[in-house]
Amino acid sequence: MKNFNSLLAAYFAFWAIIFIFQFSISRRQSRAESDLEKLKHQLQK
Amino acid sequence: MTPTRIFWLAAKIVAALWMAAAGYAIFFIAPDERTMHEIQRIFYMHVASAWTAGIAFLVVAVAGLLYLVKRDPRYDWAAISAAESGLAFTTVVLVTGPIWAKPIWGIWWTWDPRLTWTFVLWLMYIAYLLIGTLVEDRNRHGVLRAVYGLFAFINVPIVWFSIRWWRGQHPSPVVAGAEPGSRLDPTMWAVLFFTWGATLALFAVLMRGRYRLEAIRGATEELRQQAEDSAPAHSDAPGLSGADTPVRASLI
Repeated sequence: MKNFNSLLAAYFAFWAIIFIFQFSISRRQSRAESDLEKLKHQLQK
Repeated sequence: MTPTRIFWLAAKIVAALWMAAAGYAIFFIAPDERTMHEIQRIFYMHVASAWTAGIAFLVVAVAGLLYLVKRDPRYDWAAISAAESGLAFTTVVLVTGPIWAKPIWGIWWTWDPRLTWTFVLWLMYIAYLLIGTLVEDRNRHGVLRAVYGLFAFINVPIVWFSIRWWRGQHPSPVVAGAEPGSRLDPTMWAVLFFTWGATLALFAVLMRGRYRLEAIRGATEELRQQAEDSAPAHSDAPGLSGADTPVRASLI
């Protein structure tokens, strides 16, 4: 079991990359939604 | 909740459960490899991610081609989404590979043909995503992206064949062109394909999320365009005249 830590590190790296990507999508999505709402609101005035 | 939303919520749950089951299969079902032992289990995530990235870049090329033919922005959005998701999986490949290489080769990295071409592939799709920031005209960068996406895809078969064409340090193929005696154990095969299925499901969910972002940006752009087009007729309307209106400022 001497390389078990490396296996865990690889598994963790996989999930870290996927979570960072998912988090970045969510953040950009909420920013884009808020821009769209702001624009709709301004156009309604 | 619309049926589409329910479908994608179900897809997210399926992808999460499938990934969890794949994790269990990698750690507890896949047999121990004779010489490398537990470190060989990285192979399942590494290879499944590489194959998923290849599929993602194929989607980029096909969507780009469809965009060139039909000029429907939805194809451009799909291509961008697939490229970014494929880039995430290529990053997984480039990170998990060295974690395996260090205990096996004694080094993190070497400029072996497979490793070098994978790195080039990663850089090419970063460049693909930067096209949108370099060209202002949205229609023009859609065309540029589509053409570049077709060109960049040439790299995918080069990466695939690199371990068949050139002798390097990377392990020789275990599928399609495997040498006798280097074939996988049937259980290893099953775990590999099960993990690949899970990463494909994950890719679909990530790509859909990224596509939605692009669709929102597209809707905003369209609305802004409409507002600008109608601005001279209603120049007294708040937020639509003048170059530094709040509407424009919020979108820059």
